[in-house]
Amino acid sequence: MSQSLIHARELTKKFGDFTAVNGINFDVVKGESFGLLGPNGAGKSTAMRMIGATSQRTSGDLTILDKDPDLFGPQIRAHLGVVPQQDNLDTHLSVTDNLYIYGRYFGLSRKFLKGKIEELLTFAQLEEKRNAKVESLSGGMKRRLTIARALVSEPEILMLDEPTTGLDPQARHILWDRLFRLKEDGVTLLITTHFMDEAEQLCDRLVVMDKGAIMAEGSPAQLIKDYSTKEVLEVRFGSERNAHMADDLRQLCDRIEELPDRILMYTEDGEELLERVYKKGFHPKTSLVRRSSLEDVFLRLTGRTLID
Amino acid sequence: MILSTAVAIAEARMGKPGEKYYSGRSRAIMERAYIAFKSSTWLIVISGFVEPVLFLLSFGYGLKDLVGDMTVAGQPVGYVAFIAPALLATSAMNGAIYDSTMNVFFKMNHDRVYHGMLATSLGPMDVALGEISWALLRGFSYAVGFMAVVVPLGLVPSAWGILAIPAAVLIAFGFASFGMAVTSYMKSFQQLEIINVFLLPMFLFSGSFYPLSVFPEWLQTVIRLFPLAHAIDLVRGLTLGNVSWALLEHVAYFVVMIVVGLFFTTKRLNALFMR
Repeated sequence: MSQSLIHARELTKKFGDFTAVNGINFDVVKGESFGLLGPNGAGKSTAMRMIGATSQRTSGDLTILDKDPDLFGPQIRAHLGVVPQQDNLDTHLSVTDNLYIYGRYFGLSRKFLKGKIEELLTFAQLEEKRNAKVESLSGGMKRRLTIARALVSEPEILMLDEPTTGLDPQARHILWDRLFRLKEDGVTLLITTHFMDEAEQLCDRLVVMDKGAIMAEGSPAQLIKDYSTKEVLEVRFGSERNAHMADDLRQLCDRIEELPDRILMYTEDGEELLERVYKKGFHPKTSLVRRSSLEDVFLRLTGRTLID
Repeated sequence: MILSTAVAIAEARMGKPGEKYYSGRSRAIMERAYIAFKSSTWLIVISGFVEPVLFLLSFGYGLKDLVGDMTVAGQPVGYVAFIAPALLATSAMNGAIYDSTMNVFFKMNHDRVYHGMLATSLGPMDVALGEISWALLRGFSYAVGFMAVVVPLGLVPSAWGILAIPAAVLIAFGFASFGMAVTSYMKSFQQLEIINVFLLPMFLFSGSFYPLSVFPEWLQTVIRLFPLAHAIDLVRGLTLGNVSWALLEHVAYFVVMIVVGLFFTTKRLNALFMR
């Protein structure tokens, strides 16, 4: 058995003329938290569905635990816990019954599930909602229940497609905390996201995807080091003047990016750069010095922002 | 050996025929239906039972003196006993259609229940069989309920009549598997209405309230292309005791309907969720 749990080579998926995933290569090893970062429509969810053995690849190689998902769908899915982008909890059933019946789909015994459900209710902080109908839960609770449901079969790999999209900041942090615990327990996580903070928080290693292809691969820190500077100075001159100022500012640092509402200046020392901007006699309406993020990496690689 | 992990359970089926599509656990789908059923509105359940009884009372007892006796296979038959088997066949059809169309469409497109099921080690065949089996169980209980009303009323003169219950289940199976296959191709609720366009005329013209022989030959042939006429002939043959090998022709019709329906349902579920 090879080291990698998931192994993809030239993995491609076409829908008619449209190529959703275009020859991607990656490996996910046991115990790591691996991310697919990219904007909506980058092909992340399609890649996830192929890995989840619910979508057949058009070409290329794909193995999950050394098995071909086109040939061993049910056997592979038995190893996976799937948290889809769109909640598909069973709205006719209670919280407990959702966990119970999902375990039954995997063929697990009632006796095993009895104990497992208690453990999962505690994990998802839903003990007090055990008899509630799904519809009465908040968005964050539904997500936690979906994750708990995915864990009922004790999967080796947990696949999360945009796990915190649509959640408020507090609910996101609760969810991240739960996912950290799973990681500590040795569960391999495969996460797609278009939030760079989420990718930085959760992923040991990630690939940046755009238009079905992988643009770069590495740890968040490594990617930032390779594709961006240490710090970023963001300045705003008002929407009228931003474009006009860009040429003057370009001479002050290695690289700049013009966005509709602001100009990003890439540098090793943001405060020092800001001083130089002022010395030149430029007076931005607002300025902000921050560390480089994966957003900057994506901008560098594609010329576009992650969230349009 | 007791298999206790999801992986061990799934791997135990490796090498079995159809392992990609069928995991041998359609019972889990039925269990889900049962849990959902326990908390659902009983009114819907009861209406399926009450409806044919109401038809029997209003049409049967309302018209029996006006119509007089019918003649089936040379024997006189009371009007109520004539329509009772047709109502049983029709209620088996309606129950199966409701479960396999509206219910299935909702789970497929709104609740996304099947998406969840098929992300587990279940296969599309498990889902199709489980859903259809549940529809059958409902059809079976309606048939038993209806027989419990008509037998004491003396409307089932033949002992063969007991076979009307399995016949109703067979009819429900045919409609459920065919209905689910058709539903899986539907894209909107409006399209689902197409099914009703077929149901009502079929109910009116398939020989429920009078024999098919009132129609010209060519129309009888057309009507016999549709399943309800076969269903009615089959159940009527059993309750009135006109049993012959010819009844097997109707059984064969439904067996074909079941096989074709299951084939397309599985194929379509696979295409929709496993593409």
